[in-house]
Amino acid sequence: MTFATAAVVTPYTVPLWLMDVLQVTVLVLVAAAATAVVLVRDPVRQVIVLSGYGLLLAVLFLVFQAPDVTLSELSVGAIVLPILVLLALAKVRRREEGDK
Amino acid sequence: MSSRQRLWLFATAIAGFSAFYLWGLAGLPGFGLYPGPYGDVINRIAVGQTNATGVVSAVNFAYRGFDTLGEEFILFVAATGVSLVLRHLRGERERAPRDDAIDRDDSVTTEAITIAALIFVGPTVALGWFLASHAQTSPSGGFQGGAVLGSAFMLIYLGGQFLIFKRISPVAVADAVEAAAAGSFAAVGVAALALGLPYLANILPLGGTPGAVSSSGTIALISFFVGIEVAAAFAVVVSEMLEQTLLVPAGRR
Amino acid sequence: MEFFPYIVVAWILAVGLYGIVTSRHLVHQILCLIVVQTSTYVLLLAVGYRRGAVAPYFYDIPRHTPAVDPVVQALALTDVVVEAAVTALLLAIAVQAHKRFGTLDPHELVELRG
Repeated sequence: MTFATAAVVTPYTVPLWLMDVLQVTVLVLVAAAATAVVLVRDPVRQVIVLSGYGLLLAVLFLVFQAPDVTLSELSVGAIVLPILVLLALAKVRRREEGDK
Repeated sequence: MSSRQRLWLFATAIAGFSAFYLWGLAGLPGFGLYPGPYGDVINRIAVGQTNATGVVSAVNFAYRGFDTLGEEFILFVAATGVSLVLRHLRGERERAPRDDAIDRDDSVTTEAITIAALIFVGPTVALGWFLASHAQTSPSGGFQGGAVLGSAFMLIYLGGQFLIFKRISPVAVADAVEAAAAGSFAAVGVAALALGLPYLANILPLGGTPGAVSSSGTIALISFFVGIEVAAAFAVVVSEMLEQTLLVPAGRR
Repeated sequence: MEFFPYIVVAWILAVGLYGIVTSRHLVHQILCLIVVQTSTYVLLLAVGYRRGAVAPYFYDIPRHTPAVDPVVQALALTDVVVEAAVTALLLAIAVQAHKRFGTLDPHELVELRG
């Protein structure tokens, strides 16, 4: 059952085909970034790639008309998660250096 | 089994799994052709019923408030679990926090990073507070406001002011604040029970205009408590991980 | 275009699982688990999307504008924040495992006995 694609009633109207192109582009970028996160093996570098992946995901959520999820993903994926992972890695590395 | 065999096993498994997964997803009505009645019904009646123009927050805290209570307690338990798991192992001693770089000429964090991080602490706190308390008007809500507030604490640590971070968010205080906020959420629901209504019913006055800050009753209150709880949970987790760097293994030094 | 987001979701899931299976470092495994979790957020939001609709916030637009589904957005946003806390718990367990066993390699951890 298809709903009629009504024109968006806001001052900023985006043509529908442009929205489609935007979504396809960001989806492809997200898939590529996910592959990059997995293929980078060193955890410290992976954290930086994860931060970029979080940023791309936030853009994807915005393009899917979900600004709330964008806000959550931005602060969690770009700030909180990298800090936690880097703290854990620093703790592990300090132990290893203490052992030698 | 060797890692090559493991890889072949994984390849077969993921091929079969992906086939079933895509077959199931192909049964969906297609991207952009949303048929379901639930979303349309909620969009139609939410503003009239709760006087909240942010329908996502209204869904989160009024229509599906019980699920949000469960999710918030998952967060609470995870933060408590971090404290529990990172307890002292046998034979470790804690040494007092001290500035290791105080007798060096160059600072551990450059001035530029310190200034940049500390300049943003104020606006981040203001933004987080705004998001947590305006759940019913615009894209905001307790969870994202709390996450932004929590990252304000982390900015202080990132600016190199670790000792100040420890002083303003000691683990005991953050734990107590988190527990108090989580308990207040549950208590708001119980207050509705005391009036003979279902748990978490919207009992406060709904206010006049939809979308005003004072409208929508318990939604704003619950969102505020959730924001504080999420911020405190993040502060607890980061404090616990940081305190780990102060523990000294037994037998050294 | 009608099924492209779902293909991307399946791809992210498969790539994340591949990372978990072939990982040699516990923290790398945890980050691949995060990737798998993000595929579910994309799936949730893709299910609720309606072509040509706006975000469900009626602060300054007329009340009956077609909007996307708010329920899946509510689910996804609590998910994102809870994921961070659960990841913190996993990282704490990994740190403790390193304390006890001295290694973060999942292949070696399996062979150690109590």
